[in-house]
Amino acid sequence: MAFVRKEFIHIFRDYRTLIILFGIPAAQILIFGYAVRTDLKNAAIAVLDNAHDEVSKELTQNIEASKFFYVARQLDSYDEIDATFKEGKIRAVVVFPEKMAATITREGTATISLIADGTEPNTASLVTGYINGILSTYSASLTGELTATMPLIMPEVRMYFNPNLESHYMFIPGLITLILIMICSLMTSVTIVREKEYGTMEVLLVSPLRPWQIIVGKATPYFFLSLINVIVILLMAWFVFGLPVQGSIALLIAECMLYILLGLALGILISTLTGKMENAIFISFLALMLPALLLSGFIFPIENMPKIYDYVTMILPPRWFVDVIRAIMIKGAGIGYVWKETLILAVTALLLMVISIQKFKTRLGEAK
Amino acid sequence: MKAVEANSITQRFGKITAVDDITFAVSEGELFGFIGPDGAGKTTLFRIAATLIIPSGGRMTLFGLNVVSDYRELRNHIGYMPGRFSLYQDLTVEENLQFYATIFGTTIRENYHLIEPIYKQIEPFRERRAGNLSGGMKQKLALSCALIHKPRILILDEPTTGVDAVSRTEFWEMLEGLKKEGITIVVSTPYMDEALRCDRIALIQQGRLMGIDTPEAIRTSYGRKMWAVSHPDRYRLLLALREIQIVSNPEPFGEAVHITLHEGTAPEDLNRKLENTGIHGATIKETLPGIEDVFLELMRRKPEEKSL
Repeated sequence: MAFVRKEFIHIFRDYRTLIILFGIPAAQILIFGYAVRTDLKNAAIAVLDNAHDEVSKELTQNIEASKFFYVARQLDSYDEIDATFKEGKIRAVVVFPEKMAATITREGTATISLIADGTEPNTASLVTGYINGILSTYSASLTGELTATMPLIMPEVRMYFNPNLESHYMFIPGLITLILIMICSLMTSVTIVREKEYGTMEVLLVSPLRPWQIIVGKATPYFFLSLINVIVILLMAWFVFGLPVQGSIALLIAECMLYILLGLALGILISTLTGKMENAIFISFLALMLPALLLSGFIFPIENMPKIYDYVTMILPPRWFVDVIRAIMIKGAGIGYVWKETLILAVTALLLMVISIQKFKTRLGEAK
Repeated sequence: MKAVEANSITQRFGKITAVDDITFAVSEGELFGFIGPDGAGKTTLFRIAATLIIPSGGRMTLFGLNVVSDYRELRNHIGYMPGRFSLYQDLTVEENLQFYATIFGTTIRENYHLIEPIYKQIEPFRERRAGNLSGGMKQKLALSCALIHKPRILILDEPTTGVDAVSRTEFWEMLEGLKKEGITIVVSTPYMDEALRCDRIALIQQGRLMGIDTPEAIRTSYGRKMWAVSHPDRYRLLLALREIQIVSNPEPFGEAVHITLHEGTAPEDLNRKLENTGIHGATIKETLPGIEDVFLELMRRKPEEKSL
C-alpha cells in the first residue's frame, strides 16, 4: 500500500506525467473530433450526364443538395474522367447512362456508374456509401425501382449503425482503445524502467518485497487513472459530441477494466525487456501504439485491408476491444453479443500477466 | 559464524571476467573495506553479496545463508546502498525514509535510535525533495534508508564517491558508530585514505584480490624503506627524480614525493645527484608507506608475476 502511495506521489509531482495522462487524451479527443474527421463535408464530385433527362437531373440536384457533396464540374465525355482525377480535387465521378429515365420505365432498373478516387480508400468508401444512400432515398421515392451498382467499393457496413453518417461514432471507441493502451503500457513500462535507470530498483529487489508486490504497487495507480480517463472520455463524447453510450455502462466499464489490465500486463512485459526508458518508450510506440492506431480498424477499416492484415490484426488485442466497445457504445449490445471478444481479451490478459510476472526478475539482469 | 564467506567467486559477462576467483571472509561486527580503482570489480562483487547477481562460479554465504539459494531470507538482513544514491528524487526526505521503512516491514519509529545520529543532521530538511539535497545529505539519507530495517550487514558500494571531504569524514565517523552497534559493514572505496579507517582491507584490481590484511600490516608489507622527498618546487623535483638512476617509482604523495632507493644507495647519494641537477635543499625523510604506495607497487608487480 505504501508502494501505491509512493507511485501516486510520483505521478502527481511530475507535471509531464500528468499532461500525458490527462492532457493528451483530452487534446486527442478534440483534435480527432474536429480536425481529423473522417466523415465527408463538401466533397467535390463531378457528374457525367449522358441522360439529360428528369431522373438524372433530379439525382444531381439531390447530390448537390446534400451537405456532403457539391458538384464541382459537369463533364461531357468519358475521356475527361482520367484528367479530372489526375487533378486530384474531385473525389468521385457519377456517370448517368443514356436514356436513363426511359430504361427505368421499360426495365424497372438502371445502372449508374460511380467512379471514386481510390487513392484514399477511406474517403472513397465514404463517398460511395453516401451516394448510395442518396440513391436509395431517391429510388424509394420513385414508385419504380432503381438499383445502383457500385463499380468500385461496396457500401460500408457501418452505415447501417451510423445513420447520421458522422465519424465520432467511429473514433470515440478507437480513441479509448488507443489512449488506454498508451497510458497503461507506456506509462507502466516507463515507470518501472525508470526505477532501473535511477538505481532504485536495486534496493527494491534487495528488500523482502516479492515481484508481484512490486508489480501490483506499480500498476494499481495507473489502473485507477486509466479508469478515470475512460470516464472523462465518455463524458466528453457525450457532452461535446453528443454521443451517449447506448449499451450498459457497467458492462462498458467492466470491459475497459479488462482491457486496462491487459495493457498494464503488456507494459510490465515491456519493462522486463529493457533497462532504458527511451527503449521502453520506443517499444511501446512501435509494438503497441502504431498497430493500435493503424491496424485496429480505428482509422483504416479492416475490411479495406488486404486479407493478410485481417489475420495479422487478429492477434492484436486492440482490434477485439474496438469491436467490443463499438458494439456496446453504438449498437447497445449486451454481453451476449461480445462474449467471444471478451473471452479472447480475458485469456490474453491472463496470459500476459502470468508471463510478465514470470519474467520479472528477482535479480539484476546484467551489470551495466 | 562468519558474516561473509566467499569461496572462489567468479563472475563473467560474456568474454569479460569482472570478478576472478575471489575468496575472503568477513567476521561479524567487522568494518571491511574493498579498495580498488574503477572497474576493478567491486560493484559486481557487492551485487553478488546483495543477492542481486548469481555468480558464474564459486559460493558465497552471509551469516551461513547462501546468496543464491537463500536469497529471500537473506534480503531481510541486508542493508544495501548501491553506487548511485538509490533515492526517489521527487519524494521528500521523510517520504523516502518512510517508504523504505514500509517496504522492509518496519516503521521509522521502531529503529529510530539506530539512524538518529545520522538522520538528525538531515531532519531539518525533511520536507525537501531528495533531488534538491547536496551530495553529502543525499548520502546520509541513503544510509538512513539502508539502515531503517536494522540490517545485520551493511553493503555500501562507494558511498563516498562524489561527496565533499567534510561529509566523507563525517560519514566514516557514522560507520564507526554503527560498528559499535554490532553491524557488520562491507564498504568499497576508491579513496586510499579511507582505507585506514577499516579493520581490514582487501586490495582489488582487475577482478583479482591482491591482498587482504589490516591497513597497518598492508603498509608494512611494502618490504623496502620508503623515503619522502620534498622541495618547494615539487614539479621540478618530480621531473628530476624520474631521471635519476638510483630512484625507483617516484610517486607524488601530498606535499612530498615518495620514492624507494636502489639497494646499496643512501639518501646522501640522492641528495648529491639532486644538487647536480640544480635542486638545492631538498629534504629526504624516511616514511611509512601509504596504502597507495603498496597498491601501486602491487600493480607494478602484477605484470611480472603474470609473465612467470
